[in-house]
Amino acid sequence: MKLWRQKQSIFTPSPVGLITTYLVLGVWAFVVLFPLYWIVITSFKVPIDVDGGPFYVPFVDFKPSLHAWQYILIGDLQNDTFRPYRNTVVVSLISSTLALFLGSTAAYALTRFKYHPRVGTILMFIGCVVLSIIAVTLGAPWQVAVAVSIVLFLILLQTVARRFKRALANHDIAFWMISQRMLPPVAVVIPIYILFQRLGMLDTWPALIIAYVGANLPIVIWLMRDYFQSIPIELEECAAIDGASRYRTFWSIVLPLSLPGLVATFLFVLVFTWNEYLLALFLTNANAQTMPLTVAAQNATRGPQWWYMSVLILIMIVPVIGMAIALERYIARGMLIGAIKG
Amino acid sequence: MSTSVTTQGPTPTGSGLEAPSRIARIQARLDSVAGSAFIMPAVLVVLLLSIFPLIVSLYVSLTRLQFVKGGFQLTFVGLDNYAKLVVGIDKDHFLGVFSNPAPIGWLLFGLVVVWLAVWLARFVRGPNFSIGGLVSRLFSGLVISAGAWLIARTLSPEGRPGTVVVTLIYVFTGLVVQYVLGLCLAVLCVQQIPGRRFFRVVFLLPMMITPVGVAYLFRMLADTSKGPFYPVWDMLGLSNTSWATNAWSARAAVMIGDIWQWTPFMFIVLLAALESQSVEAIEAAVVDGANRWQIFWAITLPGILPVSSTLILIRMIEAFKIMDLPNILTNGGPGTATESLTLHAYTIWRTLDIGGSAAVAYMLLFIVTFVGVSYANEIRRRLSEA
Repeated sequence: MKLWRQKQSIFTPSPVGLITTYLVLGVWAFVVLFPLYWIVITSFKVPIDVDGGPFYVPFVDFKPSLHAWQYILIGDLQNDTFRPYRNTVVVSLISSTLALFLGSTAAYALTRFKYHPRVGTILMFIGCVVLSIIAVTLGAPWQVAVAVSIVLFLILLQTVARRFKRALANHDIAFWMISQRMLPPVAVVIPIYILFQRLGMLDTWPALIIAYVGANLPIVIWLMRDYFQSIPIELEECAAIDGASRYRTFWSIVLPLSLPGLVATFLFVLVFTWNEYLLALFLTNANAQTMPLTVAAQNATRGPQWWYMSVLILIMIVPVIGMAIALERYIARGMLIGAIKG
Repeated sequence: MSTSVTTQGPTPTGSGLEAPSRIARIQARLDSVAGSAFIMPAVLVVLLLSIFPLIVSLYVSLTRLQFVKGGFQLTFVGLDNYAKLVVGIDKDHFLGVFSNPAPIGWLLFGLVVVWLAVWLARFVRGPNFSIGGLVSRLFSGLVISAGAWLIARTLSPEGRPGTVVVTLIYVFTGLVVQYVLGLCLAVLCVQQIPGRRFFRVVFLLPMMITPVGVAYLFRMLADTSKGPFYPVWDMLGLSNTSWATNAWSARAAVMIGDIWQWTPFMFIVLLAALESQSVEAIEAAVVDGANRWQIFWAITLPGILPVSSTLILIRMIEAFKIMDLPNILTNGGPGTATESLTLHAYTIWRTLDIGGSAAVAYMLLFIVTFVGVSYANEIRRRLSEA
């Protein structure tokens, strides 16, 4: 099969077409780059140059100053910049890796095994969760409530649940997973806050990491599932005949084969966690605060401190752009296979 | 959860036939639980972080928070929080101010109703008729016409749209503009021209900035007296007025920010889809003398439809959650004209009315689920028919 990118002969654009193309692309590039340019020059402006009206060209319209960069990077704020930055790096790297690992195992399972969860079992499970929540709100200790509902669930499972014959299939599980993205974050953030508060984990890395893994798993599963479907099953059969276990097959055959998809998915998830605001706002305080919160915090009582904010946005975006440039080829290819079968 | 697992494809070997060694036995045992081992961690995480919060939120939305000595308690109030939104004191905020629709509103509403009636009649007379299908279609029809009624009445000259309608406006305008723009750029970028790699990386940039940052950035850019477009405003004589005081210009500002940030997402996925299209059909069409426009409509566009449908679904789910832009750019104002549902829930939450906030979030969940599921079903049906 010939691909678009391989063909040269037909549709070599005519001169007029070429000019129009560059015109349109140039206009959009300007639309994209101008706001970024504005951030860059704002980061070099002293407050009076920001508040005094629009100044466009450094050295001509205004005298650039490094005061904001000094303040953020080496001034008093150094600790206040460094810590959130470290938090953001650690939390987003660990949570994206974990989400990628858990998500791709689940996605692999959804493409290579057949599951038949019974409707009855699911109803029992939800019923028991509801019961234990009611018990806790009525004042029962949560350990007792959880233990009792687990026992109840197991008993019901062995007796009543067997009578329900109706079962779901793999695509139902997959849709259930993606439907988790439909929940607006404000709907789940309060219970998650209460959960971590009870566990005494507020304002720590693990709390944020767990929350982000949960939030991003559906995306990983959805993208990787279609990717795994495109890998021929014969290789795995050969491996099985040679005596490799399923874990071994997954680890040394399936994962290496799907590297482009893994990379692209990783980058998407990383960008989402890197920039996430709402969950971080609720779950962190001073210790585990992440960069988006620091950016928002520049809107102080004296009004937004545009110059500091610009510096922070710039130092936040640089590593992501670096990764995007390095992995650009993977993104296009990996995304496609994730999306094409949907 | 008890799941029965059947394997497909490779089956574990080495167990049973020859006298199994200890290691082989362990391996066989491990392999037999592989199905569960692969999926259970993800299921547990999702259960812990989604099902539990979902149920708790539902419960919270039925309660009212009260501060008592030494803490707080949640009092069960039934459906009061929802009633407040739909018929009570928050109705103007949530649904909007109703008034008699303008003639164009009547016309649109009439068109929607007629279209729904035709759709139902076709289904009843068609070959796939079933009672369950009829009930679900009647339900969707009712919801859609109620939505159309709401839009027609609140978007009329004297009316004022509430957060539901504003969110729908954001989502649908944003989706259409982002899709069309992203498609145009992708079609242009797929050509073999020098510098395409530069454009591809540059076009991705807006997606990489934290949404909070984008919101502040647009606040800076949109300032009519200190922003970079001051000369333009000045020339138009608008430098002393503010777009933020007019409902529609404020909404436009929010939508422009959203479009700027999320067109790249559409662009990159559509570009990938275009790049992997086979060119044989196109070459054949060229030989037959088709022009570019015909090729685009007859070959390129149908070829990327499956990708587009998934893309639009994913983007739609995310677009319903828009919050940072209206919050920072306009603070929801003027009045509540630019408030999205998520921002509505957040502002209520800030007044510590946690029950009311959860109720708004649940309403949003119903709307997203309804739109998302109807869309997915419709697409699945279309694709299977085609």
